[in-house]
Amino acid sequence: MTGERRAIRVLIAKPGLDGHDRGAKVVARALRDAGMEVIYTGLRQTPAMVAEAALQEDVDVVGLSILSGAHMALVPRIMDELAQRDLEDLPVFLGGIVPQDDVVALQELGIASVFGPGTETKTIIAYIRETVEQELLEEA
Amino acid sequence: MRRRRRRPDGAALAERALGGSRGALARLLTLVENGHPEGQVALSRLFPRSGQAHIVGFTGATGAGKSTLVNQVACELRDRDLSLAVVAVDPSSPFSGGAVLGDRLRMRDLAEDPAIFIRSMASRGHPGGVAQATRDVVTVLDALGTPVILVETVGAGQAQVEVAQIAHTVVLVEAPGMGDDVQALKAGLLEIADIIVINKADRPEAKQTLRAIRSAHLEGLRFGDAGGPADLGEETQKDRWTVPVLETSALEGRGIVELVDAMGAHREALKAQGIWRGLRERHARAQLAAWLQQHLQALIDTHLAAEDLEMAVQSIVRRDADPASAAQALVDRLVETLIARDSG
Repeated sequence: MTGERRAIRVLIAKPGLDGHDRGAKVVARALRDAGMEVIYTGLRQTPAMVAEAALQEDVDVVGLSILSGAHMALVPRIMDELAQRDLEDLPVFLGGIVPQDDVVALQELGIASVFGPGTETKTIIAYIRETVEQELLEEA
Repeated sequence: MRRRRRRPDGAALAERALGGSRGALARLLTLVENGHPEGQVALSRLFPRSGQAHIVGFTGATGAGKSTLVNQVACELRDRDLSLAVVAVDPSSPFSGGAVLGDRLRMRDLAEDPAIFIRSMASRGHPGGVAQATRDVVTVLDALGTPVILVETVGAGQAQVEVAQIAHTVVLVEAPGMGDDVQALKAGLLEIADIIVINKADRPEAKQTLRAIRSAHLEGLRFGDAGGPADLGEETQKDRWTVPVLETSALEGRGIVELVDAMGAHREALKAQGIWRGLRERHARAQLAAWLQQHLQALIDTHLAAEDLEMAVQSIVRRDADPASAAQALVDRLVETLIARDSG
């Protein structure tokens, strides 16, 4: 078959030191079942590793899972590493336990969306589709 | 809207990738993977530069430890000052079309090394153990001057031997306890192997697996046994490549130096015996056949009406026509359409 066969590519990464990857795996599985190609990098990724994977895999969107509470320390460094690779406009969303005050600060840092505990996977799927599909239309 | 998503330009991306832009390379690989017309433009430009890389395929059953082994091999190649790329294929879901590509998980040692480029691919329904576009992705990396490209297949079963049509050297990764010496005699994966690795040598059953495979193979396959070009010329003693059966423990990092040595030795043997050229011919044949099929499928998609296909399906369901005859009738109609188009 020729012609455009486009799957949405998503990087799911767990930066930082917490070892709780269940949430990330649930999301990865849900996105797979929604027809997306999910690059799953596993635990304890440095900001540079996350950005480099996003670059090499040419993903459409990046999902970060941070349950350590270190999001205010990690996110600026990840956004910086992405910018160093000309990926400053790549949509990045975050899943984890984030106080409301921080949500605003994270959005100012360029995080497109924050999904807290209890978020249904279909909400995340809908967010990604909405964010990415317009771009795919333009590309084709 | 992101600038980089607008109007891809294959020629410009190819130029930037040749200039060393990893972002342009990544973008180009996406276009190639998606069969985008601009990806074709870039491929045509880059193809003349390809043909230099040593392409090494890693295949074997799910859980044999391919990704961990590839990680170790890559580290050893880096110690030898070689830059490299890894193309890792994982299966797409037959139901949703989605995939979880997890090979980077075991390649974290490579993640921050600028001399290593890793790309994950979903198989997208292609049955041969690699994706349909894997060879094109490899061609791009090859054309950019990457000296070694490691291709990791999906956890391949006995019949998934397509990696042999891409790689110069096929490393078959076996894990202990996967079957007896009769399994080792069966046709398929073992036949395409240039190097056989018993991974997880730290396991107690490893010795037994090693014995089973050694006895089944007598460590004596030669070039050509693996489906190579038939015209190898006069078979002489020096035409032989003894398929080594090695033990590795990717976990402990044992046997990796020997494996990388064997990869290099195989490449030298291919070159010394003039078989490198024969492999090129075999790869060219496979690529041509694959593209012929793709182009023909495109003609079918463009020129045969969906209703005609559906009518054919229904006539088969009703047993009014057998599938082969129905397909032949459609092909006849396609040819007529094309002739009418060209003469009118």
